[in-house]
Amino acid sequence: MSRQAHGLRAWLLQRITATYLLLFIVYLFIHFIRTPLSDYTDWHAWLANPLVNLATGLFVLSLLVHAWVGIRDVIIDYVTHTGLRVTLFAAVILMLAGCGLWSLRVLFLAAIGGSGA
Amino acid sequence: MSTTASRPRFLNLLLIRMPVGAAASIAHRISGIFLFLSIPLAAFLLDLSLQGPEGFTRAAEILSYTPIRVLQVVIAWSFVQHVLAGIRFLLLDMDIGLNKSSARVSAWVVNCAAPVLAALLLWGVW
Repeated sequence: MSRQAHGLRAWLLQRITATYLLLFIVYLFIHFIRTPLSDYTDWHAWLANPLVNLATGLFVLSLLVHAWVGIRDVIIDYVTHTGLRVTLFAAVILMLAGCGLWSLRVLFLAAIGGSGA
Repeated sequence: MSTTASRPRFLNLLLIRMPVGAAASIAHRISGIFLFLSIPLAAFLLDLSLQGPEGFTRAAEILSYTPIRVLQVVIAWSFVQHVLAGIRFLLLDMDIGLNKSSARVSAWVVNCAAPVLAALLLWGVW
């Protein structure tokens, strides 16, 4: 994609991830209204289901992209000092990547059946 | 230089009378920042809740602490506001409700429905 299209790409990415996040949240609502969360066994079994596990993993990835594009826009709008801006970018990326890898690891462990305990 | 510096600036958000659409827009940003900041807590609770039955119970305990409950009020409002305003933006992008009067009505609906639905959400969860 050309350099001129970067803004369009971010705009599009934000809407695609938003749509997936929304669909997943609607699914979560329907699921937990029909079968309220009761105990660890149910919770773990639900997240260990391959389809739920992958869908949740995709949710985590979408959330990372969505949060990055959104926070990046906010920083670009309000922080004009280049050094501070780059520092904030780095901090946000570290925080998102850290939380993302952490969550994906937890999901992976749940999928392979380990309780982590 | 001095004339530029003494030029009146009117960026005080508390004094500017914002149209309702601007309020929805800034609320979308603020709620987005709150949701971003709550990501580490969510990752932590996900990890803890999957560390066996004790971890699950511990996570439930943490969620019932009063300071965490106050945080949940902020997060619940942020979540509902962000989702509703987000849906509104997606519809506006598709040229739905783009004329001034319906855009104002939808902004009012989003801003007023958010606290109500957030309260309902917390009532359902707690």
